Amino acid sequence: MTVDASNGAASAHHESSDSAHEDVRAADRPTRVAEPPELVQLLTPEGDRVDHPDYPLDLAPDEVRSIYRDLVLVRRIDAEANSLQRQGELGIWASLLGQEAAQIGSGRALGAADMAFPTYREHGVAWCRGLPPRKLLELYRGVSHGGWDPAEHNFHLYTIVIGSQALHATGYAMGIQRDGVVGGPNAAAAIAYFGDGASSQGDVNEAFVFASVFNAPVVFFCQNNQWAISEPLERQSRIPLYRRANGFGFPGVRVDGNDVFACLAVTRRALQAARDGQGPSLIEAFTYRMGAHTTSDDPTRYRPDADLEVWKLKDPIERVKAYLARNDLADQEFFDAVEADADELGRQVRADCLDMPDPSPMAMFENVYVEPSALLEEEREQFRTYLASFEDEEAGR
Amino acid sequence: MTQLALARALNAGMRRAMEADPKVLLMGEDIGRLGGVFRVTDGLQKDFGEDRVIDTPLAESGIVGTAIGLALRGYRPVCEIQFDGFVFPAFDQIVSQLAKMRLRSLGKVALPVVVRIPCGGGIGAVEHHSESPESYFAHTPGLRVVACANPSDGYWMLQQAIACDDPVIFFEPKRQYWDKGEVDTAPGLSEVEPMSAARVVREGTDLTLVTYGPMVKNALAAAVAAEEDGRSIEVIDLRSLSPLDTEALTDSVRRTGRLVVAHEAPVFGALSAEIAARITEACFYHLEAPVLRVGGFSAPYPPSRLEDHFLPDLDRILDAVDRALAY
Repeated sequence: MTVDASNGAASAHHESSDSAHEDVRAADRPTRVAEPPELVQLLTPEGDRVDHPDYPLDLAPDEVRSIYRDLVLVRRIDAEANSLQRQGELGIWASLLGQEAAQIGSGRALGAADMAFPTYREHGVAWCRGLPPRKLLELYRGVSHGGWDPAEHNFHLYTIVIGSQALHATGYAMGIQRDGVVGGPNAAAAIAYFGDGASSQGDVNEAFVFASVFNAPVVFFCQNNQWAISEPLERQSRIPLYRRANGFGFPGVRVDGNDVFACLAVTRRALQAARDGQGPSLIEAFTYRMGAHTTSDDPTRYRPDADLEVWKLKDPIERVKAYLARNDLADQEFFDAVEADADELGRQVRADCLDMPDPSPMAMFENVYVEPSALLEEEREQFRTYLASFEDEEAGR
Repeated sequence: MTQLALARALNAGMRRAMEADPKVLLMGEDIGRLGGVFRVTDGLQKDFGEDRVIDTPLAESGIVGTAIGLALRGYRPVCEIQFDGFVFPAFDQIVSQLAKMRLRSLGKVALPVVVRIPCGGGIGAVEHHSESPESYFAHTPGLRVVACANPSDGYWMLQQAIACDDPVIFFEPKRQYWDKGEVDTAPGLSEVEPMSAARVVREGTDLTLVTYGPMVKNALAAAVAAEEDGRSIEVIDLRSLSPLDTEALTDSVRRTGRLVVAHEAPVFGALSAEIAARITEACFYHLEAPVLRVGGFSAPYPPSRLEDHFLPDLDRILDAVDRALAY
């Protein structure tokens, strides 16, 4: 893992020339976030494969095609869910548009025994862990708060309060240490997902401290999509986020978050280091939130369209498609088949959503405690009797 | 039977739980080599090692947040919050994560985490060291909240809290850490009274006096003093603050017809308000007087030179008893 120490304090004050936000927010900014001095990239936006000395990656053609398929499928799940929200079938949806490579790359780096702790936007990681998309819809439709078994797919429940899960991942990693498996054949690691906004949260910083002093096998995977709803990255940090790791005493690296190969290679290496007992690390996947924060958000109020146009040229899927086509690793038949699979998945997601029944009102009283609560039992019975009184009324008519 | 101070009884309870289950861990600030600022964990790190008695970084949200992660991995963490006023940095992890994970997972996840909090005033401390924050937690569905009031309950209730698959907020009356009492360590855990049950600690016929934690001692003293005036006070130690053992309270109030509730916390929106509402509803035709409350004032905990005026003492409890009996 590359620890950047070369670009000292002065760089935080460098004015960036490539600053598309310049005209929107004026002179109240004390500084600009410095441009990445080093961005791990293995696949350029044009689809050219490049090498990096620290991150060799050898992918069989089948694997590349499979990665491409994952990227397209999760984008389709996302698009379908967005439409379902617009049609009133979901209460809200948090789009992953633009972050497919960061999620599929890191998600595919996970071993079966590794444990992922997502935010509420990790639909691509959920896909890699084998969680059925309808479980995500349950949450956003308001049928449950998640409801899946984290242990079944080693994918923890979505966490909505920003940054809380970084501590859960760290504690889980401390548990892996106490199981005595670090460095052995059954070694596992935890990975905490969070965003640039969460990097300001106390819990994320406390997680860094705990992970560091206990040398816990946890990877902090920050998808820096540059926007925390309406607040730009500059409102969270004066330095590139990956460099924060240095102050906590573990390695940090910035990776092209729209490059699925680089995200895969960098995460794979960080996870292996954690499993081997080398402790935590921070990965900053530098990406861009191409959509709104959620379906309730309106980015036209705070973000110039020009930004989006720039990032469309760095699309995480197009570059893999270009790479496949240019190197004769896939033909039109393959791309058509993936599209057809995506269409079918979209239909399935829609059908699953529309088929989803509302839970029984009595479900409110379940799963609050493991052991019975007399208070809740009493309220449950009162409410049951109350509901039944309407049934009696109906029957009496 | 053995005589133990509350701090020693809690220590012995944790030791027994750690011997019985290798998944039990202790976490907190200064709990290792120092044995905790109140010495409640004294000697445990020496005997169980640094992996099981963990001196954590000085960050309460970090303690509870990582305890949740450890519980997800199959451990049973017991967190020590050094003082009551320091639990608030962990409030979000307790209320939004610890309390809600079971519902969020539709019953697939259990978080057997205990959060131990030394509570209450009376030790002449500076600000933030004398708080009674129990109502915040009792108001939160998904948590169990208990308070011990003597060494025997400290020993047994803490073991029960550790064995419980639900998260438990465990209050310890800090000014009584050095008070000694009888502890019978012979029974098995399943043979002793469950922590969910309130206990009648003194029987009486004229009035029911309900309290918990550090106020039990004062309530008993008040009952003894009232007896000299020919008044028979029944004292109930709630033990469990959430859920409440309302049956024990209604049984008593239906016999005595009068109820006074005492605690150190300010009475506005406090447990006494909840009890008054419930008892008024359940015992309306048995009540000879309105339910009266004695507690802290609706002001921040005062500087220690004033705390004897803020904390309900024997006289303020007796004043409420007199007023209730005057109806």
